[in-house]
Amino acid sequence: MKQQQFIDQQRPLWDDFRRLADELDKPPRRRAQAELARLPELYRRLCADYALARHRHYSSGLVEELHDLVQRGHRLLYQRKSIWLWRMVAFVWSGFPNTLRRHSRAFWLATALFYGPALAMGLACYFDGDFIYTLLDPFEVASMEFMYDPANPLPGRSEDRASASDFAMFGYYIWNNIGIGFRTFASGMLAGVGTVFLLLFNGVAIGGVAGHLTQLGFSATFWTFVAGHSAFELTAICISGAAGLLLGKAILAPGRRSRGEALKWAALEAVTLVMGAALLLLGAAFIEAFWSSNGAVAPTVKYMVSAVLWTALILYLGFAGRGRDAT
Amino acid sequence: MLQLDTVHTFETPEGVDLSLRVAGPLPRALAWVLDTLIRYTVLFVLSMVLLPLAELGVGTFLIMLFLMEWFYPVLFEVTRGTTPGKKAMGLAVVHDNGTPIGWPASLIRNLLRVIDFFPVLYGLGLLSMLINRQSKRLGDLAAGTLVVYAEAARRADTTIDAEARTLPVPLAVEEQRALLDFAERSSKLAPGRVEELAEIISTERGPAAVQTVLGYARWLGNGR
Repeated sequence: MKQQQFIDQQRPLWDDFRRLADELDKPPRRRAQAELARLPELYRRLCADYALARHRHYSSGLVEELHDLVQRGHRLLYQRKSIWLWRMVAFVWSGFPNTLRRHSRAFWLATALFYGPALAMGLACYFDGDFIYTLLDPFEVASMEFMYDPANPLPGRSEDRASASDFAMFGYYIWNNIGIGFRTFASGMLAGVGTVFLLLFNGVAIGGVAGHLTQLGFSATFWTFVAGHSAFELTAICISGAAGLLLGKAILAPGRRSRGEALKWAALEAVTLVMGAALLLLGAAFIEAFWSSNGAVAPTVKYMVSAVLWTALILYLGFAGRGRDAT
Repeated sequence: MLQLDTVHTFETPEGVDLSLRVAGPLPRALAWVLDTLIRYTVLFVLSMVLLPLAELGVGTFLIMLFLMEWFYPVLFEVTRGTTPGKKAMGLAVVHDNGTPIGWPASLIRNLLRVIDFFPVLYGLGLLSMLINRQSKRLGDLAAGTLVVYAEAARRADTTIDAEARTLPVPLAVEEQRALLDFAERSSKLAPGRVEELAEIISTERGPAAVQTVLGYARWLGNGR
């Protein structure tokens, strides 16, 4: 068939398709509903025309025009749109905890990498009052001691932030802590080395501070301050670490897939973990800003709330959404 | 085979090949500069408005800082398919299979930005883009995404303004296609160049040669 005959014969179909695509580019409310069902059929016929035009070596211009139409159809047909509210609920209820349980080995490894050094450094600082100086310089130690000094009316606030309100601190915790979670995940891209380093480093820092302050006898202010948000914050850091370790594993030991494929698959799983961890960190930031800093609450109440939060978190991560396919 | 064009070809489920033109480091760097400028301008304006509001303002500003730092590209990519900076450079982000980018892929490629940025100014990202055939930075590798040129829909003008002439010799398919392409593009070229090209295969000279060659093309395309 000559090119022009082909064009004359098929042009109405292409124009139909173009009109439909224009319709679909409009916001959903202003679309004519009945037309939409024709998309797959028109698109398939368009694909056939494009394949024919290429096979018969028609002119580049014609092939390009059809190529761009097919491209447009491809994007329209294979886009994913869903109700985001429902997806959020499904994510929190089953997607996140299910994914975490699928990768429990990575989670426990990250937990060990974090709590191991924390415990070691904590004990060292508890038994030796000067050991903290191997980690922090004297200014940092002084600032940290000031924060949790029982004489400080606002425990947990350093000197320069003494005047900051709870809400300002909420913003600060979001920016700082969720950022740390994201970086812990992302540095897994350096073959896991970055994640391991950040987990060890944070473990040593947190353990050191805890041990040093306990040794100074500041338990009352320090432990009551951190008790509330510890469940969400520490667990979220370990989950971010697990996500980073998944990336590292895909690069170092991709298994039966190619490195590229393994990485894509691991990243998809890991991003679920990171987003879950970000939500936990958001909760931790809220608790830390509005509850932990509240000096009026009795220590017993704070410890009880902490126990409730730890139990709830363990139950949630261990059991929520069991038996459902994680999607 | 050494390829100059950065064309990425993939097959759709319908069994046809589509191709995308992948963008290299330079337009992407410029897009990033534009996005960064937009980001900091917005943050600057926000700081002017929010910071004097004391307590509540400081908290809100820090939350905005967090969102702008991590989610600015994600929001634009998922809702528009491209960020304002990329759009200005004519770029868009798509999955490897040409479909529009979704939440997971966009989150992955933008969270991993910090590693591409490492150690300074996209050092690792640039290295990865130079090594990779499809100019992917590390975030693109993990997310399975491509940054491509967003092409405007092209329309073919297939009318040939000449009297059909039969070919003096049979032509191979590739040669026939070259004639059709010549007819299609002749309206976009300078008249002198069109004549020059036509004279390669025609014994005539000047506009007459163009008419002859266009005539062959019309015979191939239209038959009469």
